[in-house]
Amino acid sequence: MKEQDEYFMEGNIACAEGALKAGCGFYAGYPITPASEVMNHLSKELPKAGGRFVQMEDEIASIASVIGASWTGLKSMTATSGPGFSLMQENLGYAVMTETPCVIVNVQRAGPSTGQATKPGTGDVMQARFGSQGDYEIIALSPNSAQEMFEFTVRAFNLAEKYRTPVVLLADAGVGHMREKVKIPKEVDIVERRRPEDDENEYFDTDREDRVPPMPDFGDGKELLITGSTHLGDGTRDTSSFEAQDRLVRRLVSKIEDNREELEDWEERNLEDADLVVISYGSISRPARGAVKKARDNGLKVGFFRPKVMWPSPEKKLREIGENSKVLLVELSLRGYRMEVERAVPSENLHIYDKLNSLPTIDQIYEKIEELIK
Amino acid sequence: MIKAKKIKEKYIRRHPSPFCPGCGGGMVLNSMSRAVEESGVSKEDIVAVSGIGCAAWIPSPHWRVDTLHTTHGRAIAFATGVKIGNKDLEVIVVSGDGDCAGIGGNHLLHGARNNIDLNVLMINNGLYAMTGGQVAPTTEHDEKTLTTPYGNPSSSFDVAEVVKAAGAGHVARWTTYHMKELIEEVKTAIDTNGFSFIEILTQCPTRKGKKEGMNGLEMLQWYKENTSKDEDTDKIFVGTLSEVDRPELTEQIYKQIDETGDELK
Repeated sequence: MKEQDEYFMEGNIACAEGALKAGCGFYAGYPITPASEVMNHLSKELPKAGGRFVQMEDEIASIASVIGASWTGLKSMTATSGPGFSLMQENLGYAVMTETPCVIVNVQRAGPSTGQATKPGTGDVMQARFGSQGDYEIIALSPNSAQEMFEFTVRAFNLAEKYRTPVVLLADAGVGHMREKVKIPKEVDIVERRRPEDDENEYFDTDREDRVPPMPDFGDGKELLITGSTHLGDGTRDTSSFEAQDRLVRRLVSKIEDNREELEDWEERNLEDADLVVISYGSISRPARGAVKKARDNGLKVGFFRPKVMWPSPEKKLREIGENSKVLLVELSLRGYRMEVERAVPSENLHIYDKLNSLPTIDQIYEKIEELIK
Repeated sequence: MIKAKKIKEKYIRRHPSPFCPGCGGGMVLNSMSRAVEESGVSKEDIVAVSGIGCAAWIPSPHWRVDTLHTTHGRAIAFATGVKIGNKDLEVIVVSGDGDCAGIGGNHLLHGARNNIDLNVLMINNGLYAMTGGQVAPTTEHDEKTLTTPYGNPSSSFDVAEVVKAAGAGHVARWTTYHMKELIEEVKTAIDTNGFSFIEILTQCPTRKGKKEGMNGLEMLQWYKENTSKDEDTDKIFVGTLSEVDRPELTEQIYKQIDETGDELK
């Protein structure tokens, strides 16, 4: 086991520590509850680590400068909550289209609109996937502990670098403000973006199996053409041809889709003999898991499934679960992940426990389990 | 004067450009290229950032430097990340009046307030040209455009004066008629350690000239006759509006890292 230190730490601070550990060199953000602690912490710690911190005039500018900084070769990140995440959507799509690695943390709060700024919610799950215009795929991770706020932030940077794409850390106010034990290893595995080989002169197309082109920096003398318009492999804008649109957009989608098996990740417990499987994610998955444990202790055949990677979703696994057992979706939202689960689980097998504003107790979820299984 | 052939070979990626006959966009591209050549800055260190609209196409894909063609109005925000990311890069923003002062107005204000070392060229043709000639924040009161068929009920604002008030280190205004002065001004902008803003009144014969019965050449003539380097006339003032020495954002950020931090990433 690697050498590590233990702390009692808030989730948002653990996220900021993850960014530092991953080698973040640029942070830009704008204050917003319940995400501000990420920025507050990095404003102090990032310069000490040789990184650049800047507070921008709004969230649109924050993600814009993050993308600009990424092209100078720095691992770059911003953190926000729902209202800011909404403002970021256009430039999130720009990062997808220009294949710019960056990390966007959304510490979700109760919406819609201003909603309840200090209260948790997970109503942005679909927005993370579909919020920007046009066809694209995204990678989104869902932590359910302060420990995972640290670990998944590191992973988000690594995935962003590996796949040359924005990665969303879909946290919520529950995990963001949760204080608990966090183990921080002295060293973590770090992934760096692939630089062009001498014979590679296209930075926006590739025939490689992983579908990820190499990425140079500004100032490398590559005379880069970076555009959010449809473009050819050398970056030249092509706003009219079928071939350019078809080749680029299909590759951007397949870059995630074809690597789905490598990306998918989940926690599962007692699925083998389960008559009912509780599917949950984020902070509410903590009492949900507690309820499943209580059910098992009481001899009920209940399993637990928690996607750690929300997008791409574990479609096959969800379908398999839905075919073999009843499903209880437990989420801190009325619409969060529901459509994705409905897509995979036959309606006669699907039951919902949805909650707004605050976490339910283990017993409240357990009651629902008991009602379904007895 | 450096020969056109040399400028074209070294700086122009594609020719001819997609601009309308008589457009001022090519003239701006020419002046930018000459200014960089004369300033002695290495072409590899230039990053040209633009947003959306005709002006955004001046650098992308036509200028043979690193280019970042971004979303509508956000060029200055993207450029801020580029500059803070690598202070050794010379970042030039080319933005239309709608892009820069309309949808992007907030970033313009804060770029000037931060006095970040960017060179912003605002190509002002007085309307939204690419989309057909709609009213812009720079369109005169009562002026007829595609979306003000009864005259502009709103009024324009003097963007250069606003940027000056917001604290930019260097603010100037020229027109495409004043090519020599413009080249010198872009060189000054590059040399300035702070937010340099140059408003360039640029003719749009297609959307504006046609409506007013002027071709490109006649619009240049209009710039000649209706501008003055003397502030005390009723004509449009061209020249330097402001030069102030204020702390520059990137330098401050790097200084703090140097004082508190580890080795720069």
